[in-house]
Amino acid sequence: MSLAVRIIPRIDIKGPNLVKGVYLEGLRVLGKPEEFAKYYYENGADELIYQDVVASLYERNSLHDIISKTAKEVFIPLTVGGGIRNIEDISNILRAGADKVSINTAAIENPSFIKKASRKFGASTIVIAIEAIRQPDGTYMAFTDNGRNYTGKEAVSWAKEVESLGAGEILLTSVDQEGSGDGLNIDLISQISDSISIPVVAHGGTGKLSHVSDLFAKVPVSGVAIASLFHYDYISMNRNTDGYEKEGNIDFLKSNRILSTIQPSTINGLKKYLKDKNISCRVNE
Amino acid sequence: MNKDYKIAVIDYQMSNMFSIKNALDRLGYENEVTSDYKKIMSAQGAVLPGVGSFPDAMENIKALNLAPAIKDFISNGKPFMGICLGLQLLFSASEEFGHTKGLGIIEGTVRNFKSQPSIERIPHVGWNQIKKMNLSNEDSNDHRPLDQIMDNEYFYFVHSYFVCPENEEDILTTTTYDDFEFCSSVLSKNVFASQFHPEKSGDKGLKILTNFFK
Repeated sequence: MSLAVRIIPRIDIKGPNLVKGVYLEGLRVLGKPEEFAKYYYENGADELIYQDVVASLYERNSLHDIISKTAKEVFIPLTVGGGIRNIEDISNILRAGADKVSINTAAIENPSFIKKASRKFGASTIVIAIEAIRQPDGTYMAFTDNGRNYTGKEAVSWAKEVESLGAGEILLTSVDQEGSGDGLNIDLISQISDSISIPVVAHGGTGKLSHVSDLFAKVPVSGVAIASLFHYDYISMNRNTDGYEKEGNIDFLKSNRILSTIQPSTINGLKKYLKDKNISCRVNE
Repeated sequence: MNKDYKIAVIDYQMSNMFSIKNALDRLGYENEVTSDYKKIMSAQGAVLPGVGSFPDAMENIKALNLAPAIKDFISNGKPFMGICLGLQLLFSASEEFGHTKGLGIIEGTVRNFKSQPSIERIPHVGWNQIKKMNLSNEDSNDHRPLDQIMDNEYFYFVHSYFVCPENEEDILTTTTYDDFEFCSSVLSKNVFASQFHPEKSGDKGLKILTNFFK
């Protein structure tokens, strides 16, 4: 008996749509977040992450609608991130039906916000998202806005700081790998994981099943967040381009073209693969 | 499912009530989030949910005068479920931030995982397995929350503290985290309470809710 590793589909949201940043190509519309969420729930997801990638005030209500639709149908934990600035934002997202929030920019700008939020909502509700980029000298720096803004904070010491301020978990994105399908950044993930004792969920770079088993074999992380690998599998079976023309770039959705580095899989397929490698996970038989 | 069966979700104004409410809605139970004594007492079942810190929770329970409602509801013999912090609050005392008295409905204490040297990461977050204990206890009870739930089934946990019941017969399941075995649910007469979250544990979790409230 032991704690299972967590396999967590990550759903990036822009307005009403699920989007995916395709490596070097920008955002593509893939479908409706709540439909992907329901499918992933039924397919054995251990949790879900919603990330509002634009997080504009105009689209806040649309995000709350998506959360509450999801929470009525999906009975696993839901973490929501993107644009959370204050205690009221957290309350509103939890009230809509999320279980945890993930915070990046507001934590960097005002680290005491972590302490305040953790004390008010419980440490386990507060996930700190760290977006790390490798520097020429081999160290990693934390960024905000999907890797666009330099913060001057070194990632390992920032991870230690957020732990001491009461964060319950770290969602660690390797920006260099994200969307590439080239594999997870084991060096970064183990540096962070070794330096703290709160759970770490690793994200960015999963392109095939062996990337995930390699990660769990090498680093004692609590879970992995995965987007493209699962999304491409879902859209290969549930392609729906109707009504999306006005909502963004759907060339990708229409073209049926998949990044060559990504070998799509269902969640249950990944879990069976991990179980065969003696990695403890919850499998729907 | 009986539509007339109403469940009170006890609101002590700090934890996330929405998840359990969504689960009860989905299962077709009429339910109300409330801290009103009469509304709680008139329900057929009650849930004490919970996320947050033990001392803050006890303070709110005192301020809202909820202890009489919880105790009277339980002594009436109707099914009462505690979830996560709602399990811990039923115990005599907790060591969270010093020493805080609990509701004292189940004898025992609440302790921090930090006291266990084998445990490397806190909080304990994720899906872990239950081991059924005291099966004869559940068989002789009118309430069978784990009916048709397999031994070793996975449920979702998120916590830094664990309960230590004084009476072993109160322990319904245990769970092992980093080689440390702790009590993950209790069953005592009409009270079932779990450290894991049935409302966040997929179909198996929802099954526990319908097993217990019927």
